[in-house]
This record gives sequence, structure tokens and C-alpha cells, in this order.
Amino acid sequence: MPNKESIVADHVTRRFGKKTILKEISLEVFSSEIFGLLGPSGSGKTTLVKLLAGIDEASSGSVYMGNITLPRREMLSKIGYMAQSDALYEELTAQENLDFFASLFGLSGKTKRRRIEEVMALVNLQDAIKKLVSSFSGGMKRRLSLAIALLHQPKILILDEPTVGIDPILRVSIWNELRAMSDEGTTIIITTHVMDEADKCDRLAMIRNGSLIALGSPDALKQETNTSTIEQAFLTYGGAQA
Amino acid sequence: MRIRALVFRIWRQFLHDKRTLALMLLAPLFVMTLISLVFNGSTYKPKIGLITMPTALSQRLATESVTLSSYASPASALSALKNQSIDAYVDFHHGQLTIKLEGSDPSTNQAVLMDLQKLTQPTTTHQAFKQPMISYLYGSASMTSFDNFGPVLIGFFAFFFVFLVAGISFLNERTTGTLDRLLATPIKRYEVVLGYVLGYGVFTIVQAFLITWFSVDILGMMMTGSLFVLLIVTLLLSMSALTFGMFISSFANSEFQIMQFIPIVVVPQLFFSGLFNIATMAPWLRWLSYLMPLYYGADAMRNVMIRGKSIDVIGIDLLFLLALSLVFIVLNVVTLRKYRKV
Ligand SMILES: Nc1ncnc2c1ncn2[C@@H]1O[C@H](COP(=O)(O)OP(=O)(O)OP(=O)(O)O)[C@@H](O)[C@H]1O
Ligand SMILES: [Mg+2]
Repeated sequence: MPNKESIVADHVTRRFGKKTILKEISLEVFSSEIFGLLGPSGSGKTTLVKLLAGIDEASSGSVYMGNITLPRREMLSKIGYMAQSDALYEELTAQENLDFFASLFGLSGKTKRRRIEEVMALVNLQDAIKKLVSSFSGGMKRRLSLAIALLHQPKILILDEPTVGIDPILRVSIWNELRAMSDEGTTIIITTHVMDEADKCDRLAMIRNGSLIALGSPDALKQETNTSTIEQAFLTYGGAQA
Repeated sequence: MRIRALVFRIWRQFLHDKRTLALMLLAPLFVMTLISLVFNGSTYKPKIGLITMPTALSQRLATESVTLSSYASPASALSALKNQSIDAYVDFHHGQLTIKLEGSDPSTNQAVLMDLQKLTQPTTTHQAFKQPMISYLYGSASMTSFDNFGPVLIGFFAFFFVFLVAGISFLNERTTGTLDRLLATPIKRYEVVLGYVLGYGVFTIVQAFLITWFSVDILGMMMTGSLFVLLIVTLLLSMSALTFGMFISSFANSEFQIMQFIPIVVVPQLFFSGLFNIATMAPWLRWLSYLMPLYYGADAMRNVMIRGKSIDVIGIDLLFLLALSLVFIVLNVVTLRKYRKV
């Protein structure tokens, strides 16, 4: 029986009009692991992640969370989603943005205030909480988006390129936090271009042109291709495909 | 709970964006002021009813550009006047001319009185009559064109600015990706729409109050009905503008494209709202007007402001406005399926 928080994609295909963006992808994300999605720009990572989050619907094939078929609105309360583009209300302050999303997830009163403080500390934005988001730098917006995704302590965290524009020091502390959350049972799905981040995942899926070309732990993938870095492994798989 | 969160968020956005707030609240007042300063009425061929009129006299009128019809009694003429099938009637009794005008349109009044002057002028065969007795069903001799068109314009500008602001802000929600983000939370689609309706609803109440108060008390527009009823009309009209604006925004990909919709879906409503006479319009065109919120809004506004009608007369207009808003709300909930299937 699949674990409650695992996510399964079963022969998932996604078409936009006549264009097929994802082709017959099957994979399982295990409970409380950090699952990385690696692939070139335009390969379909964002599209796949939206299907796994249950925000979008597959053209054919199915996505399950536990034994529930996605998309399902109720399931969205278990998911913390950080989109690739910062979807923030620029004309509001950071605090007001947090407050809005916290309320949507049913947080209120003391719990809400405490969680807002916690997540802002985590992304190191406490000092900017009263500032308008329109005055934020790109990295600050990224961090605020991450903070919002973490607000309601979701069982499943889906992060679409979360560390773009974030400095190396903060990036390390964010990864430490992700690891700590996964140890406490949170399932994390993360897309990235950055190879050293891919190395930190428990398991990796490599996508190219909408097809799954490899799946396994970073070490297993390196071993299988007889390479020493994820980057080389990726190129090997990509070459084999072409 | 989630609706409340959305409502609060919209209020906060408004409070941070004072310019947009000002556009919605003050721009209608500005435009109304300008129009009250420059407005000129136009002329029109009046429809006049005649009661017990000697043929010699009515022949004098018939030569002019008026539409004449005869009535057997003042009572039947009065009911024709009330349902606006004639603009005025003339009664001739014991050498005394009595003129009664419908009165709500000053330019029509003027045209009627000009034509009827022909009756009282002395000619070679007739001597002059006594001064006719003139009375008005609605309005008065001191009514101006602005009093007549004003109610339509209040309705139009209330509609226009709410449409613009609601359309653009919902579009922004989409183009900045916050709609996707919003729909990645467990919020229900109808909660999104209702949140918007209630969030903006408050500002439309303020706008409705400001624009009616300003037009009546500051610009001195004629107002015979109840201010409260007028507020309800303005509010329902704004509500239809709000839901309609949201709906239209789903067909636009930029603010500029929203602007492109204005001449297509907003301006035509002005033509059907009674600013021009629609009685002469082709029937299929007139049918179009029944789909237009402003048609009902303007009709109700005029009935309240000029004719002093109460809610039982304009109730049907209000019902249609409410129904149109509900239709747009449902359409908006359905349209959101495009962005999240569940
Ligand atoms: N709504 C859409 N309609 C049509 N095509 C789309 C849509 N969304 C994505 N695509 C197409 O799907 C393909 C994959 O897009 P996707 O955003 O999933 O790529 P990605 O792997 O996330 O790329 P990146 O690393 O640049 O973020 C692209 O070719 C894109 O043009
Ligand atoms: Mg992407």
C-alpha cells in the first residue's frame, strides 16, 4: 500500500493544444524524501510539477496522492506550492501578503502571527516585513514566495526553482531547513537547474523534451553512467536519448 | 473565512493604491461637473394629443412637424401621457387652451411649446386666444437638459469606472500569476468571485453614495424621488459593472486590451440607455438593449430622479440588474475553470 503522502504519476501525458509537452511519465515520489526534477529549460518541469501538485490536470494518465486521484481541491491544503514566477501582491507589504495566504489556509490569531514570524526568520526577511513588495529585490521576492509556501506547514512541499537569485549563504541555510523538514516527514519536490543542488536530493528525475530519461538517487545515476558528476550523468542520458 | 481574507486583501490593495481609488470615486464627479457646464440639448418632433379641438385649429398644427393623435377625454389622454406614448396634450374648452406636458425631457418640452405657440398667435382670420394654461405631469418649466440626461450619466459613469477598475484588477490577478497562486490554495472558485464582489462592493457603495450626493446636492440636479432608492439603483448597476468587468477581463491579456473592449461593450450601452430616443430604432436593435445593464439602470434612475417613482415601479429594472449580475457571477465561476479544473 502506498504511503499516505507519496505521490504517484501513472503514464501522465499533458498536451497544450496539439503540442505534447509531457509524454507518458510514470514515477513515484516517496513520503518524506527530497525529490529533484532536473531538465533543460522548456523540458516540462513546471508542467509536471503542477500536475503533481494537483493544480493542473493531465490530458491522459493519472496522478494519485495516497489513494486519492488528483486534482482535488481539498488536497491543496496539504500542499505548499512555490511557483516559478513570484506571484505576490506587489502593492501590499510582505506582512499583508503573508497574512492573506495564511488566512486562506485557515490560520488565525496567535498561530498565524507565530507562523509568520517563523517563516520570515527562516528566509531572513524579518526586517523587511513592513515594506511594500514592490520595493523588494528579486531575491527578496523569491524568499517571500518560499516563506508563503511554508506558512501552513504543509505535508508536501513543491518548489519550482526556489533558490534562483538567492545568495550562497542563504541557499545553504534554506537547504538545511529543507533537509530538517524532510527528516520530520515532509515530502519535498524541487525543480532545479543547479547541479550541486541536484546532488543534495534523495532521488532525481531527469526530463528531456517531456520524457523521463532517468530516475534514481544521485549516486545510482552517476554509477550507472560511469560518471563522477550529475552534470555528466545528465549529458550521458541525454546523448543516449538523442 | 477565505472570502473574508480576500475581501480584506482587496481593501488593503485599494488603500495602498490611492490613485485607482480616486479614479473610481472622484473621476465620475469630475466628468459630471464638466458635462453639467457644457451640456446642450437637441430638438425632436413632439407627439401631441388633441382633445375636442376644432378642425380649423388642429389644421394649423398639422402643417407643422408634429405627430398628432386625438383623444375622446382628458382621462384617456392623461393615461397616454403617463405611459409616454405622447409628449403633451391640448384641451380646448370654452375658448381656453389647456396644455399638459409629460415634462421629463426639457428639449421635448421646448419643442412642444414652440409648436403650440402657432395655435395662440393671431392670424388674419382668427384673433388671439387667451394665454394658454400650461402644466407638467413631471418636471417643470425650469428643468434643464442636464436634469434630463443627468440620471443616465450618473448611471453611465458609475458603471464605466467600476467596470474599468474591476476588469483591470482582475486581469492583473491573472497576468501577475497571483490567480494561479490563489488557486493553488484550497479556496473555492465561487469564493474567489464572491470575495471580489464583496471586496469591491464596499467601494461601489461609497462611489454610489458620492456620485448621487454630488449630483443632487452640489450640481443641483433635479431629484424628486428618494435618495435611498437612487442609491440602491446605483449600487445594483455598479454590481453588474463589477461582475461584467471581471468577465470581460478573461478575454483580455493586457490592460490595453481591456481598453479595446470599452468602445465595444461599454459605449454602445450609452446609446441604448435613453440618451438618444430608441423608439425610432430597428426592433432587433432594441432587443439588444434588454441585455444591457445600463438600459435598466438608466430607466430606473430617470424614473426616480425625474418622475419621483418608488421601488414598486422600478422594481422590475432592479430585478433585471440583479439577474444580470447573477448571470455574470455564475459565468465568472465557470470561467475560472480555465485556470483550475476543480
Ligand atoms: N499554458 C501553456 N500553453 C501552451 N504551452 C505551454 C503552456 N505552459 C507551458 N507550455 C510549454 O510547455 C513547455 C514546457 O514548459 P515548462 O514551463 O514546463 O518548462 P520548464 O522545464 O519548467 O522550463 P524552465 O526551466 O525554463 O522553467 C514549453 O515549451 C512551454 O512553451
Ligand atoms: Mg519551469
